[in-house]
Amino acid sequence: MHYDLCLVIRYDFDRPTGAGRQLLRIQPADMAGQQSLLSCDITITPEPSERREFTDFFGTKVLEVVMAPGLTKCEIAMTAKVVRLSLGRELDISPPLDRLVEELEEITQIGATSPHHFLTASPRIAHDPAIAAFALAAVAGAETTRAAIAAVGNALHKYMTFDGDATEVDTPPAEAFKLKRGVCQDFAQIMIAGLRSLGIPAAYVGGFLRTLPPPGKPRLEGADAMHAWVRVWAGAEAGWIDHDPTNAVFADTDHIAVGHGRDYGDVAPVTGALRMDGGQKGSHAVDLIERPAVKRQS
Amino acid sequence: MSPEERKLPATPVEQAADDAVAKAGPGPVERTGLDKLKAQANTAEANKIAIRRNEVAQAASPGSEPDLAATQKAIADKALAEKIAEKVSVEPLAAEKIEAAKLAAALKGYKPLPATPDEMVDATGKLRPLWRDFASAFAGLTADDIVRRTARAEQYLRDSGVFYRQYGGGESVERPWPLSPVPVLIAEADWAALVPGLIQRADVLEALMADLYGENRLVEGGHLPPSLITANPEWLRPMVGIPPQSGHYLHFLAFEIGRGPDGQWWVLADRTQAPSGAGYALENRVATSRAFNELYAQGHVHRLAGFFRDFRDALLGMRQDRDARAAILTPGPLNETYYEHAYIARYLGITLVQGEDLAVENGRLMVRTVSGLKPVDVLWRRLDGSYADPVELNAASRLGTPGMVSALRAGGLTMVNALGSGILETRALMAFLPKLAPRLIGQSLKVPNIATWWCGGSVERKEVVSSPRRMLLSPALATGLPFDRQEEIIAASTLSAKDLKSKLEAEGRGLVAQEAVTLSTTPALVDGKLAPRPMTLRVFLARTPGGWQVMPGGFARIGATPDPTAIAMQRGGTAADVWIVSSKEVEAVSMVPASTGPFRRMGPGALPSRAADNLFWLGRYIERTEGLVRLLRARNVRLAETGAASAPILAALQPLFKSRGIDPVPGIPPGLLETLSAAISSAGQVRDRFSPDAWQALVDINKTARRMALQVSAGDDAARALSALLRKLAGITGLVHENMYRFMGWRFLTIGRLHERAMGMIETLAVLADEKAAPGALDMAIELGDSVLTHRRRFTVATSRDTVIDLLALDPMNPRSIRHQIEALDEQVRMLPDAAENGVLSPLARAMLRCLTDLATQEPETLTTTALWAFRGQVADLSNLVTEAYLR
Repeated sequence: MHYDLCLVIRYDFDRPTGAGRQLLRIQPADMAGQQSLLSCDITITPEPSERREFTDFFGTKVLEVVMAPGLTKCEIAMTAKVVRLSLGRELDISPPLDRLVEELEEITQIGATSPHHFLTASPRIAHDPAIAAFALAAVAGAETTRAAIAAVGNALHKYMTFDGDATEVDTPPAEAFKLKRGVCQDFAQIMIAGLRSLGIPAAYVGGFLRTLPPPGKPRLEGADAMHAWVRVWAGAEAGWIDHDPTNAVFADTDHIAVGHGRDYGDVAPVTGALRMDGGQKGSHAVDLIERPAVKRQS
Repeated sequence: MSPEERKLPATPVEQAADDAVAKAGPGPVERTGLDKLKAQANTAEANKIAIRRNEVAQAASPGSEPDLAATQKAIADKALAEKIAEKVSVEPLAAEKIEAAKLAAALKGYKPLPATPDEMVDATGKLRPLWRDFASAFAGLTADDIVRRTARAEQYLRDSGVFYRQYGGGESVERPWPLSPVPVLIAEADWAALVPGLIQRADVLEALMADLYGENRLVEGGHLPPSLITANPEWLRPMVGIPPQSGHYLHFLAFEIGRGPDGQWWVLADRTQAPSGAGYALENRVATSRAFNELYAQGHVHRLAGFFRDFRDALLGMRQDRDARAAILTPGPLNETYYEHAYIARYLGITLVQGEDLAVENGRLMVRTVSGLKPVDVLWRRLDGSYADPVELNAASRLGTPGMVSALRAGGLTMVNALGSGILETRALMAFLPKLAPRLIGQSLKVPNIATWWCGGSVERKEVVSSPRRMLLSPALATGLPFDRQEEIIAASTLSAKDLKSKLEAEGRGLVAQEAVTLSTTPALVDGKLAPRPMTLRVFLARTPGGWQVMPGGFARIGATPDPTAIAMQRGGTAADVWIVSSKEVEAVSMVPASTGPFRRMGPGALPSRAADNLFWLGRYIERTEGLVRLLRARNVRLAETGAASAPILAALQPLFKSRGIDPVPGIPPGLLETLSAAISSAGQVRDRFSPDAWQALVDINKTARRMALQVSAGDDAARALSALLRKLAGITGLVHENMYRFMGWRFLTIGRLHERAMGMIETLAVLADEKAAPGALDMAIELGDSVLTHRRRFTVATSRDTVIDLLALDPMNPRSIRHQIEALDEQVRMLPDAAENGVLSPLARAMLRCLTDLATQEPETLTTTALWAFRGQVADLSNLVTEAYLR
């Protein structure tokens, strides 16, 4: 599946800012066998005074920019061409939950793809007994890890209402869960809290969602902005599986990932420090459009 | 040579007894309440902004009054009271018998605790030879002598302002340094045997650090459990894969060690994050040598200065270019060991900076100075790693510098120690170090650490369950000392076998078990007598081009009671000096390198903008305090004379109080105390640049004023108290202006003072020399301007508006006149960096010149009240221009 991707983030500041240093995590990942990035272009207006790229611990490409003082507005525009390969209908080769723990013990590396990073509480996802109880109830009867993942994701999808106004970017998962409302970030972080409480390694994924559904399919929730879902370790053989609790689906060709981390903080699209003494307004728009299948490349 | 190399230690530390040296600091409490500080700093900032706004806003405001001539009093308020350098004669060894009898008497009642080794006496109660000189000298002291000597040490600590900060009940307070004046004596040979083990441990930690932030082979090979690393908040992922610029991660370490029942030394904790205490060790040394000066002088005690000199040289040597600097990064005055940061910076002659002083530009760390950005190549941080960069590390940190990690990634900066080194303090790692050492450096540990079991392993859990008697359970990822945070510790023996087992099964990964520590005891002064108290030592290691060096001495912590868990200072423990005693003469060392070439005068380093800002405001606050005191005194004198608060002259003063936000009714109003607090808080931010004597004088005046505020009633009583305060203030001004090196720091302090004085006088005249002012107002103005005598000499006539304006506004010879302040300001401003470029004046210098010209062309008739208020606005703007040009 070929996509044209376009992201525009705009900021307006009430008063001119001081100097600012920002990290942008918006470039789609290149993942062998799943997703390839054909081109990517990021334009920042006004031109930053410094601009450099690095790869963070979890393998996400980060653009570091320094903005000169005196900004009143700023625009970040990213265009990319991405190919997303379908993983096809997967066989469920994941182990039952009790075996998962044993398989985990065998893993002794702690590099970017190690499941060990995603087992315990992280800065934005604390353990929460209510979510843990919910997850435990949801997996009753699930025979495999993959089934357990789907069970938690689907239960959450039923339990929560998508609501763009109920939560903020810093709302803790426990609170969103209590509200039973939230956006993709809340869905993902609650699901992660639940899975971790069951001993299942779960990471937070930031990325994009196809804007217009294929003919005859419903439009997915959360497609107007950057999206978030969950990446779960389902055993040594099955490896990592992406599940989108906001839409209650395993992620497939509609999902384009930027990167993963322990929680939102590790993959937030824009982080940094800006000296400001006034307010700011921001907007943020995404278009992920399937290109007519004229030229096929892979 | 760069600025750092040029500076000699400001305090003649070790030089005194060797040079009677140094100060000491507390150990372990490195991390509490960091951001609290900033809250306070913000309040201070808000204050300044409020003052500036107020000045600009108050274009028209009413009148006021005169001030008296209290001359800048004799400068030296003898703040540095005469030090008693009294010599205590050492007992001539005349009659050994008598001495033996005395000794026996002195040691009587000194009973080591059961099954606990003691440093001074052996198991049979016999004095160890090492302690003989000390014990016999002590035996020769009367109870009075002891009190006097202790007082001498304490006096020194008070005079130098040594303190630490204690947190509790939601507030933090500065506490006097709790010194135990009896040093811990350790034989040189004992020490020499310990040193290689400490160095070896430092090498093991360096290798472990390199693995944890490099390839992680230890975890991969199954030698470390993954969760100890991945769940560890001290493992800073952004630092993984960034090699240290210098080739080493660790440069300055401390080990907390104690002596076990068999006399063997044990490591109780590794301090790798940003170990504190080395500076306090220096202070302990000076204080203790004051108490036992003759013993110290004759005792063959190894000096500490060489260790610091070599480390300073090592820090400076790691700079990549000679123009760059090394700096010490502090979280700021609210940190519990800030005193030590400022002290060490002064002692080593290295710039002390806070996170906001620094900026990262094109991958290079820079310090903001009044002369622009200057590169920093080496940063000795006294701040926890995760706080160092809000962009890539803890986003909530207000103590760090955006881009710090980026600068490290770019490779131009050496961080002492590398960010992320806090992970080595993880308690559970102690369970693995003995096995890791051979793997990492090919040797077994020479000095053991306390026996530790990580309860995530089933074998370990079994061991703990089978012998719970001496086991203490605590969080596996804790980084504190074993005796801090008692509330986190559970004695395994207090749980039933079943509960213990199920706790370990459920939470094992998060727990370690450690053997309860038995500590040796050492003599401490308890109610005038020596009594055995448990002790731990903090020893310091510094990496130098010649390898690790161990400080010959350290920082001993002495328990408040025989219970070894009460050793923490926060729970009443005290600190003592550690003397490594040689059998022969020791080499005298000094911080000052031997002269190896012709004398070269070095230019002073650039002044960080924040320091300049604090000095500027310190100058303003001190001057403002003085102005207020004069104003209050004038009021209270009148009050005493007229006896009625309603006299018109008092009403005439009211506008001057009002514009300063002061209610003058209490003799010493709270508003005055607030101004003093603001002065102290500004001075507290620049302790490394402010003379300890002046600091002490400032603290003293603050104390006096607060005491007076409680006791003094308005009128005559208050007038006398205020006169006393005025004399003390003159002492501070004298200490600062007679003794401070006339460079950039002094210049900003002076600009602040002149500016404030100009503002005060303009306002005074606008209010009290107004045509409509009450009778007597002109005389009051002369009094407030301290110019009564001059007026009498210069004008034979009575005061008139013209004579008053001429003397207090326009006369350049009167040091209190507006004209005098403006001329002096102009002179200082012209000497600031970039005051003029190619003959073009900076905006500040231009505004300054305009003020001067405007004032110089005035006559008493033209300088009306309206003109004065307008001029006030012009002068107020200068403060903003200074801030804009230099202080951000």
